[in-house]
Amino acid sequence: MLYKLGTLFLRPGTKYVLLALAIVFPLIAKNEYQVYVMATAFIWAIAVYGLNIITGYCGQLNLAHGGFFAIGSYALGLLTADYGWNFWPAFLAAILLSAFLGFLVGAVSLRLKEHYFAIFTLCVGFIIYLLLDKWEELTHGPIGVRDIAAPHGFGLVDFTDTTPFYYLVLVFLVLAIWFIGRLSRSLMGRTFIAIRNGDELAESLGINLMRNKVLAFILSTTYAGLAGALYAGMIRFIGPEEANINHTFDIITYLLVGGIGTISGPLVGTLGIVWITQSLQFLEEYRMIIFGPLLVVLVIFFPRGLVGSFLTWMHRKSQELGPAKKRKASKVTPSATREAENNA
Amino acid sequence: MNLFFQQVINGLTLGSIYGLVALGLTLVYGILHIPNFAHGALYMVGAFMTYTLMIDLGSPYWTAMAGSAIIVATLGILLERLVFYPLRHSPPIHHKIAAIGVLLFLEATVQLFWGADFRRIASPYNGILRFDGLIIPEQRLLIICGAITLLIGLQYFLRKTMTGATIIAMAQNRDGAFLVGIDSNRVAMMTFGISGALAAIAASLYAPINLVYPSMGNLVIMKAFVIIILGGMGSIPGAILGGMIIGFAEAFGGFYFASAYKDLISFGLLVIILSVRPQGLFAKGAH
Repeated sequence: MLYKLGTLFLRPGTKYVLLALAIVFPLIAKNEYQVYVMATAFIWAIAVYGLNIITGYCGQLNLAHGGFFAIGSYALGLLTADYGWNFWPAFLAAILLSAFLGFLVGAVSLRLKEHYFAIFTLCVGFIIYLLLDKWEELTHGPIGVRDIAAPHGFGLVDFTDTTPFYYLVLVFLVLAIWFIGRLSRSLMGRTFIAIRNGDELAESLGINLMRNKVLAFILSTTYAGLAGALYAGMIRFIGPEEANINHTFDIITYLLVGGIGTISGPLVGTLGIVWITQSLQFLEEYRMIIFGPLLVVLVIFFPRGLVGSFLTWMHRKSQELGPAKKRKASKVTPSATREAENNA
Repeated sequence: MNLFFQQVINGLTLGSIYGLVALGLTLVYGILHIPNFAHGALYMVGAFMTYTLMIDLGSPYWTAMAGSAIIVATLGILLERLVFYPLRHSPPIHHKIAAIGVLLFLEATVQLFWGADFRRIASPYNGILRFDGLIIPEQRLLIICGAITLLIGLQYFLRKTMTGATIIAMAQNRDGAFLVGIDSNRVAMMTFGISGALAAIAASLYAPINLVYPSMGNLVIMKAFVIIILGGMGSIPGAILGGMIIGFAEAFGGFYFASAYKDLISFGLLVIILSVRPQGLFAKGAH
């Protein structure tokens, strides 16, 4: 019974249902605040998808992700507020800048393996934070950046309203997920997974480790920059705290709860946790008392997160049900099976 | 010239503290190959334990420090048992994430009970020694002497006692250690205990000239990581030497260049070193 219910989720049509739900969400939401929270969650989800590329698919724990998010926000904020750029050119510049800095950092840091890479990126994240906080001539220091431009609507829409902005974020989220979907099925995505599963083996197959890792890193920082720029455009006030290491840890939690290395995991994890935290407002400051042990329990018992565990369970069930039923279900399981195998 | 010697004292003080924290980190890394991101949280808990024992329970400085070392050592052992032991067969990325989880938990818990305010620990040694115009606060001298004593004690323990030798053996060759019948659980617990105690002592020594607050460990742990990368992960002399390098770089850099950017110095150093030598400065062979 549960299995049948599960196959429902794996049908190709599910994503269109979800998209439709997301589109009508502002109409069924009780108030504007809920739309606002949803838009924030979508922005974080984009950042989480970025981390998923380098950490989930490529297996390198990048602890500077929040820093690149902040670089995206600051690039947009400073260009519009201090240099009088319009939103869209600044938006593009913010994304390109995150990609370029991603290339620079990646080219240096990805020469390092495992622990060294994690520690190096932890330090990079901290350097970004310190620069934003101390380099007052450029970043205004702890005061932060005010008067950030809202997205220009070309006279058609007013993006200072919550609902139009929600749709804007939704468009970028759908694009982001679509791209990841394409990526994970492409040769490049499989190359990333091969690197994660064993970089020496991957290298012996003729994969250029450095080039692919740097590419994954650039993609992930681009996502982070995109999310950061959207965030700055929505909040329109940012400070050095955007680069706080806790943001990186939040992103890791979202990714891990949802399911590392899966396509739907980042969305499930982010939406789930953001809404749970929202409904438990008093938790805001102390949420880590619950999330900290949650992270530990997850990596010990459910290292694949909600989506990963679900896919594994479905895979096992479909094996148990025998060949007769399997043929019937085969329409929906291949992708799930593949994902479960990839994660094994 | 006096100003120069003043900076030497500052460098020695910072270097001693960083060295002690890095030593705990490098011991754990040498034995279990875990970069323990939660080590900074242990350091922070150590400071808060000393604070509570001294201010709320009124115990003397040294007793408070010993109590705090015991509490944090126990905490370290618990961590090994509850978190890292179950993960021993997992891919390395899981250890790091779990360690981050522990770090977040400890920080939030301390904040819940003690609040986010900055606190001070008053040291009984707040006098000042003068040598020919050179001013040395007693607490700084205490830090330097304390660190040296601990280092000698630890060296003695590791090199001359049987229990210490098991730790070294495990760090040198895991399988070889198993072959001669070394109990890996005991060694792992002991290493976490020692590492926690070192963190607590470093925090208690440093707290009187610094402040105590829930996120105090973050900067220290990151510098400790820089240090053990400098000194080669798992190397004990490397940790001490690296600690001194960073301590001096900060004392002199902060004094002669820009004090606002003094925290950047160590990270900038790391970036440069890792760009040139990805395996660290003094690393012998790959770990």
